[in-house]
Amino acid sequence: MFGYEFYVDPSRCIGCRSCLQACEECDTHRGKSMINFDFIERKESIRSAAYVCWHCDEPTCAQVCPADAIKKGEDGIVHSSLKPRCIACNNCVLACPFGIPKMMIPEQQMMKCDMCYDRTSIGKRPMCATVCPSQALSYVRPEEIASRREKPTNIFYFGSQKITTKVYMMAPAEREAIALDVVDYMWEENHELVAARQ
Amino acid sequence: MNWLRRGSSGGTAREPLWKEEFSVRTADERYVTRRQLTKFLVLTSLGMFVGNIWILIRSLVYKAPVYPRQPVAQVGEIPVGGVKLFSYPTKDDHCIMIRTGEDEYVGYSQKCTHLSCAVYYSQAENRLECPCHKGFFSTKDGAVLQGPPSRPLPRIVLEARGEQLVAVEVKG
Repeated sequence: MFGYEFYVDPSRCIGCRSCLQACEECDTHRGKSMINFDFIERKESIRSAAYVCWHCDEPTCAQVCPADAIKKGEDGIVHSSLKPRCIACNNCVLACPFGIPKMMIPEQQMMKCDMCYDRTSIGKRPMCATVCPSQALSYVRPEEIASRREKPTNIFYFGSQKITTKVYMMAPAEREAIALDVVDYMWEENHELVAARQ
Repeated sequence: MNWLRRGSSGGTAREPLWKEEFSVRTADERYVTRRQLTKFLVLTSLGMFVGNIWILIRSLVYKAPVYPRQPVAQVGEIPVGGVKLFSYPTKDDHCIMIRTGEDEYVGYSQKCTHLSCAVYYSQAENRLECPCHKGFFSTKDGAVLQGPPSRPLPRIVLEARGEQLVAVEVKG
């Protein structure tokens, strides 16, 4: 809306968890962090990845919601479930290919990253992007990200499901899209986060 | 009745109706939320309230129109049971005058209150008749005797001034 886009670069993540702390400060979900934070191959490495909701163009979470509680706004933000509608059925949690939605058991409501809607809707940067020291999470103009070695992509393949998103992932420059074969990934000897699509 | 609710661009390869009505995108939502309905009710009742206030103010400052005095005919110009057509108060308001008795003259607007056909005087029945839809009016006060008109004919008040009959006012 204001010419900014969100870029996620897990290779830059240093695991400081500043984003988790900053996210809790966001007014739309005060006290709860909506950042998804993972360690990768924790046994062998200290690699970590912090990422936010990708805000799919065709959000699977909203498509499977039986209560019509998840909505995609006109600016492309997929919001948390609407409190009066959410029946805490966990459909969205299971369906999201990125594993983004979080079921808040005490509230009986699904909550997820809404890209700090109270901030981005008035032209401010999301909380996580303001604090990330390594710019693994960055909310900048496309021309600013163009100087990086990695190139942004917002096309993902999960098996045969093609997903285009609002948030960009920084991928190796030669990759047009990011393809994940979830079953392949489960095999120990054959796991590569970024695999070429057949 | 789905074709009624589906809008104009029908087709077979479209999304199912429920997907269309309960769209994921807020911009495409078609059902009315409780808040929207409440907003609509509040705004329309506010509009009606304002409208009523306006009508009240208008009726408070309403001034009765001033009608001109206009000589219509000479006394005795038409025989008993005879009619004379005239225009009052403006040239386009056609009226009919009937001499119902020796000293009795009545005047009415000639426009039927149903669909504005010109009424005529039926001497045999002693009533004003509209030929279009058989609406009949009394010559005594212009009241509807039968037919579709719902209001009596506007009456032209006539005054005798010397030898002249003068129209002074339109009533109703």
